[in-house]
Amino acid sequence: MNNIKKSTRDGYGQALVKIGKENKDILVLCADLTNSTRTEEFKKKFPKRFIQTGIAEQNMMGLAAGMALTGKIPFVSSFAVFSPGINWSQLRVSVCQNNANVKIASTHAGLTVGPDGMSHQALEDIAMTRPLPNLIILSPCDAIEAEKATITAVNHKGPVYIRLTRPKTNIITKQETEFTIGKANILKQGKDITIIGHGPILNNCIQAAENLKKQNIDAEIINSHTIKPLDKETIINSAKKTSRVITVEDHQKIGGLGSAVAELLSQDYPVKIKIIGVDDKFGESGQPEELMKKYNIGTESIIQAVNEILK
Amino acid sequence: MKTKEIEKKANLIRQDIINMLAEAGSGHSAGSLGMADIFATIYFSGIVNHKLKDPDRDRIILSNAHICPAMYSALARSGYFPIQELLTLRKIDSRLQGHPHKGSLPGIESSGGPVAHNSSVAAGMAYVLKLENKPSKVYCLVGDGEQQEGQTWEIAMFAAKYKLNNLIFIMDRNTIQIEGETEEIMPIEPIRDKYRAFNWNVIEIDGHNIKDIIKAIKKAKKSKKPIMIIAKTIPGKGVSFIQGKHAWHGRAPTKEQAKKALKELRNE
Repeated sequence: MNNIKKSTRDGYGQALVKIGKENKDILVLCADLTNSTRTEEFKKKFPKRFIQTGIAEQNMMGLAAGMALTGKIPFVSSFAVFSPGINWSQLRVSVCQNNANVKIASTHAGLTVGPDGMSHQALEDIAMTRPLPNLIILSPCDAIEAEKATITAVNHKGPVYIRLTRPKTNIITKQETEFTIGKANILKQGKDITIIGHGPILNNCIQAAENLKKQNIDAEIINSHTIKPLDKETIINSAKKTSRVITVEDHQKIGGLGSAVAELLSQDYPVKIKIIGVDDKFGESGQPEELMKKYNIGTESIIQAVNEILK
Repeated sequence: MKTKEIEKKANLIRQDIINMLAEAGSGHSAGSLGMADIFATIYFSGIVNHKLKDPDRDRIILSNAHICPAMYSALARSGYFPIQELLTLRKIDSRLQGHPHKGSLPGIESSGGPVAHNSSVAAGMAYVLKLENKPSKVYCLVGDGEQQEGQTWEIAMFAAKYKLNNLIFIMDRNTIQIEGETEEIMPIEPIRDKYRAFNWNVIEIDGHNIKDIIKAIKKAKKSKKPIMIIAKTIPGKGVSFIQGKHAWHGRAPTKEQAKKALKELRNE
């Protein structure tokens, strides 16, 4: 881990410029949030391939479907509360039912949006997207992984949802770390407990594991950057080893990665599970770390959950 | 094809619609029958390039997706799939879904269902085709009740901003929707002025007059702006007991009613 902090939305913006140069079919659509979604660089470099739709997310999603059906690879960029928050039906019918080659990159997911408060903190986007057939769901943990997720999404033919976040966070992965859709990465091997997370909250999982080491608890940490399709093999193998699984995410407990893991393990390899996420509440204004603590998804909550499950 | 022959095709489309819906036991009679003349003109007048294998073909998109029986009939009678297959509409394993799905059925460019969704898809296609200087036009059929859906006006702004002069909308102005008259449920008038105010060109025509339809499409092709052809139609046109009745928006004829309807249509 190095000391430079960067947001996953930054990684997305950089990747767009990179692939935009190589692939002339890439189009970027944005609904009046060019700076915030980090699509500004792409807009400057490739103005003809940037489409400003105005504050009209429903149309933006449908337009992207039409563009994909005419041979292009459009990226739909907005905040997760607006996309898929406002345009879910267009995502469902125009993108997923057409299996259109649209990439949906949504920033400002989770409590870590911070001061903007509950209306702008998307805690439901994974629950909304997981049941949609044909759709791949990615949630990168740092800027490097966000870049890879964006580039990999282009190489995958079909719709992909990429969940991105606002604050600058630690770089967890390395340039050479492999990124394959549907293949989770084990960040740390361990034998006593499995901690599965997605997104920058993996930083808290790492901190918790370091703390647990002092208690002689050896945690395995899995970075499930792909939420759909879930990497069943890696998760079940780890559960076989540790017999206890904790999932961690900056999302509602209902319908997120925790639900996906519970669906898998309860049917295929039942072990004790704890789901860490926001417990059926909306957020509020505050700093990201304050909010994570208050809503029981921070480092301390992870340590506490591990101790409870190991009792 | 001459006007008289296009009218004959429209009559065949109407007969197909009656047969299909009676066989399916559910579906949308009024809107489908009302658009038969427009579909016949699009597919048989020769002024729209619908050759499916041509990458430069015009795109034909159905935003008021529920009237798909009319489009299925036009596609089958254009030779894209067997006419016999029309009778599989709405049945299990059929390529003819209750609302069109871009699957294996030739001629369906985009899946639809909820109104206005495919209008955005059409605008997205038009944007790319214009960007790449392609000769193709995008024809998008929309309903009048559909104008109540907010997404419609997002599209109207977008198409005007990007001067999508290759985008031709045809509105089925039959004045009805599921629950009754559009002007009672949520007035859309003055619809012509609204589109003009959104910086579109607008042409109003009689949606059952083939010559009018051809003239309007020819004019639309030369438009410098996105264009809305408001086609005044009679819902259920051609079948006396369906014609003009909103109760037939989402209803299919029984086998007995179908016999009566076919008799009327064949005597025309």
